[in-house]
Amino acid sequence: MTTTDERGGIVRAQPRRAGFAGDLVSVAIRALRSIPRDLETVVPALIIPVFFFVVNIGALEPVAEQSGVRDFRAFQLPVAIIFAVTGVSRASGLVTDISSGYFDRLLLTPMRRTALLLGLMVADLALVMALCVPVIVLGLVVGVGFTTGVPGAVAFVVIAGLWGLAFTGFPYAIALRTGSPGAVNSSFLLFFPFAFLTTSFLPQQALTGWLATIADYNPVTYLLAALRSLLSDGWSWSGLWPGLLAVLGVGTVSFALAFTALRGRVSRG
Amino acid sequence: MELPGTAIAAEGVERRFGDLVAVDRVDIAVRAGEIYGFLGPNGAGKSTLTRVLCTLLRPTSGRATVAGHDVATEADQVRLRVGVALQEAALDDRQTGAEMLALQGRFYGLTRAATRARVAELTDLVDIGSALGRRVGTYSGGMKRRLDLALALVHDPEVLFLDEPTTGLDPVSRSRIWEEVRRLNKELGMTVFLTTQYLEEADELSDRVGIINRGRLVAEGTPESLKRAIGTDVVVVRVEGPVEDARRAVRSLDVVRRVDTSGGTLTVSVSDGPSAISPMAVALSRVPGVTVQELSLRRPSLEDVFLSATGERMAGRRLDAEASRGTEGGRPDTEAS
Repeated sequence: MTTTDERGGIVRAQPRRAGFAGDLVSVAIRALRSIPRDLETVVPALIIPVFFFVVNIGALEPVAEQSGVRDFRAFQLPVAIIFAVTGVSRASGLVTDISSGYFDRLLLTPMRRTALLLGLMVADLALVMALCVPVIVLGLVVGVGFTTGVPGAVAFVVIAGLWGLAFTGFPYAIALRTGSPGAVNSSFLLFFPFAFLTTSFLPQQALTGWLATIADYNPVTYLLAALRSLLSDGWSWSGLWPGLLAVLGVGTVSFALAFTALRGRVSRG
Repeated sequence: MELPGTAIAAEGVERRFGDLVAVDRVDIAVRAGEIYGFLGPNGAGKSTLTRVLCTLLRPTSGRATVAGHDVATEADQVRLRVGVALQEAALDDRQTGAEMLALQGRFYGLTRAATRARVAELTDLVDIGSALGRRVGTYSGGMKRRLDLALALVHDPEVLFLDEPTTGLDPVSRSRIWEEVRRLNKELGMTVFLTTQYLEEADELSDRVGIINRGRLVAEGTPESLKRAIGTDVVVVRVEGPVEDARRAVRSLDVVRRVDTSGGTLTVSVSDGPSAISPMAVALSRVPGVTVQELSLRRPSLEDVFLSATGERMAGRRLDAEASRGTEGGRPDTEAS
């Protein structure tokens, strides 16, 4: 509401609830503004995928192509993207808010509690989609192309972003449940089985034994297949929908954990 | 029963954490426009009751209303009407002061223009000045406290909760906060609920004082009425030798209303101090083994009220002691939640 009158030289404010969208935008803007001030949490997410992309191509390309992978660079680009977007969140900032008491200050405002978490997730989505761009540019530089063209590249970024978003629920759940920076940092361990026990280096048909079994159940296997289909096969719903379903499944589990943890954290009981 | 003009009402409020009773059936009624000082030592239950009243915690039992709204069932309405500065300045070191104030305004639905106007006002009020453009992480402890107060005031609340607002501050910063609290109360009619463990602070600022110890409200009234209730004067006697014998000798005098002992110090409430000094000195001189080291007369303080109400001293929480540590920029090591 606008300022309407004065009392004792002080301009009177007329407070009211800002509404869910207003709360969401406010939290997201604050989170986005803190990213360039907190670069140490973002830089690894950019360096690690570039490093793995370059090293994997350099070391494994001849071997992989002998194993039947036609274009190993296109095969590896989705892996680099998964490395870039998985586990990137503002959960460490949330822990800082909890330990500094700023989280309590937010709870003292009439803002919607769900906006506290969703606002951070909106910022995360924007960040992970932005992180995709330099990795894709690197892919283009080394000769990877999208058979689906620019719309396919956009879909590629959107699906990768949604995966990044789906995964953020885990570190947020840990942050809200424990309030511990150490526990949040260790949530990065979740990334390894998702990212490595899958078709990161070889196609599914080339995997054998226990790794093949685990890869069959790993949602990242289907996500990688969907992203690779946009690069190599053209628009193929049969390639895309299992990947989208995998994102939805992981997102449902992680968001349920995160919002349950939020409810526990803001409980006044 | 909440009376008209009551800004804060607590009726039988209890707050438990498992088996621990942090707040034990407290009844409080704070009138609109009043500065209510809530005094007690560390761990007495001050902060817990504040967190109940400002909706961060639900009462385990009992009922409380703030600005006419129930803290348990109408928490959002309460939140719109209260400003809160908690014990630790709750800030985000990565944002600038200006960004924090603007964000706070948005959470209360203020327009950009309204927020800008409030920020301009508050910049002067809390004396932050050009530092508003700097990141909060670069602020001194005093500046953080003042920014915290500004954040509590952005939406122009009806009731202001200040949880130990000056703990750890240097005398200059403390004086600024006191002035500001008085001004907000006087000029805007803002109700202020101030918790403190500093006797002088409660005495200096409060229209009425409630004293809490071990979760229970043990005394309440204006500072003057509380002091009057324990006697006109206080004689402090420091003795060596059998303290209990000294206490009995002093207690036997007609002019003595009450004697509290703490170590070798007797705090004696008397109706007429000047006329009590001589008989007291004589009585003590007749007690075998007792030597009087010091005998002084003073007016009663809230310390005496606390001692009278609880039988305990509010150990070590005097502002002069704090000030000598030069605590601008940080809280003292002895501070506890």
